[in-house]
Amino acid sequence: MKAFSLQKPASVADAVAALGSAEDVLPLAGGMTLIPTLKQRLSECAALVDLSDVPELRGISLEGDVLVIGAMTRHTEVANSDVVRKAIPSLAALASRIGDQQVRNRGTIGGSVANNDPAADYPAAVLVLNAEIVTNVRTIPADAFFIGMFETALEPGEIILRFRFPVPDMAGYAKFASPASRYALAGVFVARTGDSVRAVVTGAASSVFRATDVENALARDFQPGALDRISIDPSEFLSDIHADKDYRGHLAIVMAKRAVQTALALAE
Amino acid sequence: MPEVVGVGASPKRKEDLRFVTGHGNYVADIKRPNMSFGVFLRSPHAHALIRSIDTSEALEQPGVKAVFTGEDMKADNVGGLPVGWGISGKDGNPMKEPPHPPIALGKVRYVGDAVAFVVAETVEQAEAAAELIEVDYETLPHVVGAVEALQPGAPQIYDEVPGNLCCDWDLGDCAAVDAAFETATHVTSIDLVNQRLVGNPMEPRAAIGEYDAANGQHTLWTTSQFPHVVRLLMGEMVLGIPQHKLRVVAPDVGGGFGVKQFHYAEEAVVTWAATKLGGAVKWVCQRSEGFISDAHGRDHVTQAELALDTDGKFLAMRVRTYANMGGYLSTFGPNIPTNLYAPLLSGVYVIPSIYCEVKVVFTNTVPVDAYRGAGRPEATFVVERLVDTAALEMGIDKFEIRKRNMIPTESYPYQTPVLVEYDSGDPLGCLERSMELADVAGFAERRSASEANGKYRGLGVSTYVEACGLAPSRLAGQLGARGGLYESANVRVHPSGAVTVLIGTHNHGQGHETTFAQIVSERLGVPFENIDIVFGDTDKVQFGMGTYGSRSLVVGGSALNKASDKIILKGRKIAAHQFEAALEDVIFEKGEFSVSGTDKKKSFPEIAGAAYVPFDFPLETLEPGLEEQAFYDPVNFTYPGGAHICEVEIDPDTGVVRLDRYTAVDDVGTIINPMIVEGQLQGGIVQGVGQALFEHGVYDEQSGQLLSGSFMDYCMPRADNFPDFTIKPHSTTCTHTPMGVKGCGECGTIGSPAAVINAVVDALRPLGVSHVDMPASPNRIWNIINNSGARAAAE
Repeated sequence: MKAFSLQKPASVADAVAALGSAEDVLPLAGGMTLIPTLKQRLSECAALVDLSDVPELRGISLEGDVLVIGAMTRHTEVANSDVVRKAIPSLAALASRIGDQQVRNRGTIGGSVANNDPAADYPAAVLVLNAEIVTNVRTIPADAFFIGMFETALEPGEIILRFRFPVPDMAGYAKFASPASRYALAGVFVARTGDSVRAVVTGAASSVFRATDVENALARDFQPGALDRISIDPSEFLSDIHADKDYRGHLAIVMAKRAVQTALALAE
Repeated sequence: MPEVVGVGASPKRKEDLRFVTGHGNYVADIKRPNMSFGVFLRSPHAHALIRSIDTSEALEQPGVKAVFTGEDMKADNVGGLPVGWGISGKDGNPMKEPPHPPIALGKVRYVGDAVAFVVAETVEQAEAAAELIEVDYETLPHVVGAVEALQPGAPQIYDEVPGNLCCDWDLGDCAAVDAAFETATHVTSIDLVNQRLVGNPMEPRAAIGEYDAANGQHTLWTTSQFPHVVRLLMGEMVLGIPQHKLRVVAPDVGGGFGVKQFHYAEEAVVTWAATKLGGAVKWVCQRSEGFISDAHGRDHVTQAELALDTDGKFLAMRVRTYANMGGYLSTFGPNIPTNLYAPLLSGVYVIPSIYCEVKVVFTNTVPVDAYRGAGRPEATFVVERLVDTAALEMGIDKFEIRKRNMIPTESYPYQTPVLVEYDSGDPLGCLERSMELADVAGFAERRSASEANGKYRGLGVSTYVEACGLAPSRLAGQLGARGGLYESANVRVHPSGAVTVLIGTHNHGQGHETTFAQIVSERLGVPFENIDIVFGDTDKVQFGMGTYGSRSLVVGGSALNKASDKIILKGRKIAAHQFEAALEDVIFEKGEFSVSGTDKKKSFPEIAGAAYVPFDFPLETLEPGLEEQAFYDPVNFTYPGGAHICEVEIDPDTGVVRLDRYTAVDDVGTIINPMIVEGQLQGGIVQGVGQALFEHGVYDEQSGQLLSGSFMDYCMPRADNFPDFTIKPHSTTCTHTPMGVKGCGECGTIGSPAAVINAVVDALRPLGVSHVDMPASPNRIWNIINNSGARAAAE
């Protein structure tokens, strides 16, 4: 690891100022990816701006039909929040299975979503519910947020303040974790609100994406069996020593069915 | 109240208090005065010529003290890393043994090969400077697989090793095997891959070299399983340091599994660099660096055949194995797939003739050497996959075919056709007990229940035998070992009667501080808490060959037992003098010396005290003091064995294999501490299941890079992968070790891979599957299921 300075601003304004103060200044929002890459000298920075002491970035609340989660909320807080469990239980369940306990105690929702790892869990939740990503400059709908592998609509100096999740009628998430890293090889989040069904796949391709054939089938019949004859074209999927494209394509459908089962079970 | 805790008790482990409270003292914890830090620059290429190395910019960086290359060491007459056990080929010629410089000279031969060593005041300074070294490489074509490396036209890794063949080795009677195959009514053939593994002990390797110019004394602190052997190999053969001027210390070591039983380049480099620079030089391996610099394990490709008669009796076995050595020969590399492999191919069966040939091959990969089990898991996997496949093909029950061919208990000692003679064992007893404990009778019902749930269930069995207690020096010498393999123990009785044991084995997780104290407590009647076990320092311990090959209790414990005999004899002499009795009338029992037929008695502490106050000793016949030393060299290997049965359930939707039940019945001889033995078996089984289901060191053929180079991609077994195990001993007594012990450290790793894969194949048998390679990963299993479905649809 190369030397860097560490700043701990106490307000969003100070954080934004610190981030704009010099070249090579990076925000630290848990550091579950950033710190290992710094330690391996795969990335470097002049300064880190630790966002964990900014009060406006913390907290969980329900505002009518919208669940609001501060960007620096730790995974373990989401997993154990009564508010989340009641409003969107599948989101609490997702958070409870990210990484291991140590990661859940440090990692944050904002850090995960801003990093947009192709195998991360949270981007699936944000996209499937079309949550709003509120930053210090604007509000971005999830549909316009995830651009590609490790790439988002965030501009330099822009930090996520909070997420606004519309509460669905029902939702469920199922992931097939890599036996080694336990990141998703294929994770599927399904959500139904009124007649609308959305289904998002993570882990299988270079970024999270909506599986429209799955959505259409589930809109007709929100049951696992509705997907029996549905497949997802895996030609653009990731392929590695743990899962080839065809296997990921198959897993995506299996996980979609399990996500529907979970959604139905949670709604009971 | 201090008390004797003897053989058969399970006291809590003495060493655990310091470990669980964070008071262990590991190499990385050690700080020395005037200590600098070194990092290695390693090759990013699998195979390349080094045209030049420009260190000038690195040398100018702040804090940098030196940058060393292979040429610097060569100019200083530093030798190559030696091989501790050589082999000879079919033609009688010795193996090809090219030089192994501690830092590459002229050429790199695998990704991770050391190219330069940077020493600076801090690790960060050394890392930064290492990035500024300019190495001009001329990349060469590379080859990572042993079979591919033997193909005509394959890249040549050494000019002096044509065709990359280090040795074409064999064992057994080829003609007899050929003749037996002629008469066979059935021949079973299988092709196997025993995949490459990375050991990954919890503590990465580390080394500190120190030079004290005032008295010409060198010290090396290292994460080693055998500090005396490092002193011998490094001192004599690499650096030319006389042994009395070199101290090697291996303090607490956080797991070894074989990975730490070799003399590594980094040990020599830090010791040499400290001599050049003065003071101390410390290197601590990063985890990702460990993946490409710790010796790997296994990596065999094997074709095997079993000849059977009409009744399913074994007639002969023929095995051909391609063993990957990597880019250089590691300390015991060539010995593992030969001498520790082929002699175990008889398993627990009567097989009249066996022939095994092994092609030992250089490739552009990390060197391969011993890893828990070392050759014997590979042999067991061949035997037990062959037997299972033969049973399937001939329509014989898998237990029945094993029973039909097992060595009957009354046939022990049993001479196999592959060198070794088993002294004792009861394979049938182990198998029957395991079947009972595993409720084999209830399996059909459990399989139906799984099927009703849409799952496949399979039951697999593996028997095994292993050669442990490395080794009888005489036999090892005949097989090419370049040193003896005895062990030594010194029992130092203090005037209070408390005991310090100095022993040449090394405890890095096995619980020796407890087990060995129990032996002394039992033999001398000394309270358990009054006994300390000292190991791991060549300045304290007289000599030793270290810990590997399940040898510590078998060879070291036997040396300790022998030294205890000498203490008792010396104590009796002192007691005889004090009692004014004849030596033969003095008996020692339960910690007391007494004269038979009288009420004269003295406790062990009383005699210990007297030994150091020899006011009236007849000094010409009775020396003061109570301290004895013994070397023990076994007459044979020991042969632990057993039977393992497991059940797996497979989810056809995902290909996940879930281990549902695991039963192990093992014959480890006399058990000193049942808790520790069970722990060793549990850990061993987990490691073996790790190979069967999860772990795989994968090289990319195109780039020569290790793809599974971190825990993100190298899948370690974890607690949530396992059910509780049923582990029961079924011991026979070793006929030649003084306490009847056989060793237990590797049993679990040897018995389990074949049991698991046999269960997986059994589960998938309805789909027409006859073999599954390791690891039985979800993707691999799903492909098999998916392809069989496609096949069925096409038919």
